[in-house]
Amino acid sequence: MPAAGAPHEVPAIELRGISKAFGPVQANKDIDLVVPRGTIHGIIGENGAGKSTLMSILYGFYRPDAGEILIGGKPIAIADSQAAIRAGIGMVFQHFKLVQNFTVLENVILGAEDGGLLRPSLSRARGALKRLASEYGLQVDPDALVEELSVGHQQRVEILKALYRQAEILILDEPTGVLTPAEADHLFRILRGLRDEGKTIILITHKLREIMEITDNVSVMRRGEMVASVRTAETGPAQLAELMVGRKVLLRVEKPPARPGAPVLEVRGLRMVDAEGVERLRGIDLTIRAGEILGIAGVAGNGQTQLLEVLGGFPEAGAKLQGELRLNNETLPLNGPGADGRARRRAGIGHVPEDRQAEGLIMDFTAWENTAFGYHHAPEFQHGVLMDNARIRADAMDKIQRFDIRPPNPDLAARNFSGGNQQKIVVAREVERNPDLLLIGQPTRGVDIGAIEFIHKRIVALRDAGKAVLLVSVELDEIMALSDRIAVMFDGRIMGERLPEEATTGDLGCLMAGVDPAVTPPEAAIPPPAAPGTDAGGGAG
Amino acid sequence: MERMPKWADVILTPLISLALAFGISALVILAIGESPVEALKVMVEGALGSSYGWGFTLYYTTNFIFTGLAVMVAYHAGLFNIGGEGQAALGGLGVALVVLALPWPHWALALPAAAVGAALFGALWALIPAWLQARRGSHIVITTIMFNFIAAALLNYVLVNLLRPVGSMDPASARFPAAVHLPKLSDMALGLGVEWGRNTPANVTFFIAIAACALVWLLIWRTRLGYEIRAFGKSEPAALYAGISPVRITVLAMLVSGALAGLMAINNVMGEAERLMLNAVEGAGFIGIAVALMGRNHPFGVFLAALLFGFLYQGGGELALWTSIPRELIVVIQALVILFTGALDNMVRMPLERLFMALRRKGA
Repeated sequence: MPAAGAPHEVPAIELRGISKAFGPVQANKDIDLVVPRGTIHGIIGENGAGKSTLMSILYGFYRPDAGEILIGGKPIAIADSQAAIRAGIGMVFQHFKLVQNFTVLENVILGAEDGGLLRPSLSRARGALKRLASEYGLQVDPDALVEELSVGHQQRVEILKALYRQAEILILDEPTGVLTPAEADHLFRILRGLRDEGKTIILITHKLREIMEITDNVSVMRRGEMVASVRTAETGPAQLAELMVGRKVLLRVEKPPARPGAPVLEVRGLRMVDAEGVERLRGIDLTIRAGEILGIAGVAGNGQTQLLEVLGGFPEAGAKLQGELRLNNETLPLNGPGADGRARRRAGIGHVPEDRQAEGLIMDFTAWENTAFGYHHAPEFQHGVLMDNARIRADAMDKIQRFDIRPPNPDLAARNFSGGNQQKIVVAREVERNPDLLLIGQPTRGVDIGAIEFIHKRIVALRDAGKAVLLVSVELDEIMALSDRIAVMFDGRIMGERLPEEATTGDLGCLMAGVDPAVTPPEAAIPPPAAPGTDAGGGAG
Repeated sequence: MERMPKWADVILTPLISLALAFGISALVILAIGESPVEALKVMVEGALGSSYGWGFTLYYTTNFIFTGLAVMVAYHAGLFNIGGEGQAALGGLGVALVVLALPWPHWALALPAAAVGAALFGALWALIPAWLQARRGSHIVITTIMFNFIAAALLNYVLVNLLRPVGSMDPASARFPAAVHLPKLSDMALGLGVEWGRNTPANVTFFIAIAACALVWLLIWRTRLGYEIRAFGKSEPAALYAGISPVRITVLAMLVSGALAGLMAINNVMGEAERLMLNAVEGAGFIGIAVALMGRNHPFGVFLAALLFGFLYQGGGELALWTSIPRELIVVIQALVILFTGALDNMVRMPLERLFMALRRKGA
């Protein structure tokens, strides 16, 4: 398999015949991988394709059942993460492993202290950080508390931690999931800088655009196997997507033009102040009509979650709400017992929540118990004073079949399904009730491409049946592909509305960063780091 | 994927824990110069070797079933009810007030009324911590523990100042009238022409306890309330999403839990002592925690675990009576069983899980 980089050189990483099984599940099958020194290597694949398992083996979390790992040409056994660090491997996890109330400096030396006293380590680290910052453009205030940093800066701290530990090989797991476009661009500049200094970088992602933009080589995984390793320059997104799923997929959602009808949901002046007194929603006005999908774009943490929770009837405890909600011309209460999730369901609002594992499902319940969750008061599920479990189970079987939920076993606990199938359980439950309004948050987060396509089709079908859909997603591609109208949220406000056929990524990116390009020139489009109450910002530099 | 087969989870794990507890108990008995084999023989003989022994074992079992079920129901709602002791004590007050209030003509009439009184008082005693937890966020473990002490003090006051018959020097209520005397299991056996367990306290409440197991099973796994209790216990954010009120579930689960603990008083106060005395619960409320943990929070498991602890209680008593092993050592043995089956559950479970995973890999 051809790969970029000088062929005569010893590769930074070489994997030979790596296999790993969890019980009957073969997570990695006979994987070969060669990553030349000084390159950025993308690893792409659907969820459950085995990317994370492979990287966990490389970082010493799992022992492979078979196979060999060579670092710099020498075979080594990586028993734990300490051994991986000694071998020069650094890992930046998707969910940062930072102590929130420590400073940047304290986080960097954590676990790498020189001795019992902190002061010498801290001053040594301060010098090292200064050097790294100027070398790679990794500027972070060493004395800032991590909790006060933007997400982009927190990620830099993770990278600094790895570099401080002399990492020559850096593994990044889905690094751009939480970043603004500007922050992602900055990250890519840093990564290119690191590569040019001779570091080797492995980038795990499911975003084809990132692969094309930044990697030198790309390896595709499918069902535990490495199906291809190619030079990025010699391939394209369509080919990679096909390799990932093993068949052609539609990168665009096919949908007939929308025929919007009467307003279904009208939101007027919706404000929410959370228990800490932070204003999360600052006067939201929205109208969603029957037969249309309104997409809400925005960087995570700008009030989208709160908007969904308020509409779905479960704002966080202690929140103060104000404003007006009307569903099909009838006012919905904002507070009190008539404003809970059950009342909202009865009014005709279905809700696929952003966090399916914490909210949408009871992970220890069986699939069939989960298919009634939230609708367990429905008259057809009752049998006198008892619940009609046989009926619920039959109903679940029906949903499993029509949504192709795999494995088709209603007695399996929800936690034992893959992410995509878990999401199908939630979507089946909410969509099959035929709600007048469907709230759907991050519908395809952590979901494989096959399931994404299926879920998108269901959303469009619901809209074509004359229902209203409110879609919240941090995936701009998804918003662009599905929405009939796009509203961008920033700092608890709707910054602007666009039609998808007119909107450009740059235009939306500006709105997402809190700047209306129609009003302000884009150069000023970067807000100060760590603006209060948001995760946005920090893209400067 | 399941980590290990269900039978290993529900049977093998507690059995190994139990074996470990008994093993260490044997070492302790050896250390004080007694024979563990002899001790075990005395315990088995004393608790299970005769209908007399069984009569006591089943009496204790009945107590532990109620308190075990109480802990179990609260546990499914994610609440740790440590207050079974106090709730059962208050249940006793409920029984005494109901029984002494009216001249009941027959026990069959008094029993349902006393059961309602016991359940009501137990439930109300659990309601205050539940409300404090649901509304004010006061941790239920702390409040239920404190309510045990308040219950003891309250009972002390009520017995000494209100319920004590005039002229009595004993801090106890008046004797219950003979009409409300609950049939003992031995009486019932005699009715069938069998001589069984003469002079033992096991009584008709044992069957109520078994019925309670069945009803609790129905409640938790077959009713909407049980569904909501389990959902809330597993994930509060998900419960909120589904429109399940945390306040309502916390209060209802604790009411049921308290009522079950209170019902124990039917057995010890009405069935055995036939008057309300100080410290009538004798630690059964705390044993209920171990029973629920060892019974894996399932009514059938609770029944089996209650039987085991009934055996330990009765067998321990016999041990103190017939050997020179001091009474305190019986407490040590019971504590070891609680420690291993309850607190150190994972110590056995995790190696077992690894073993089964390894076996499966080999088989695959």
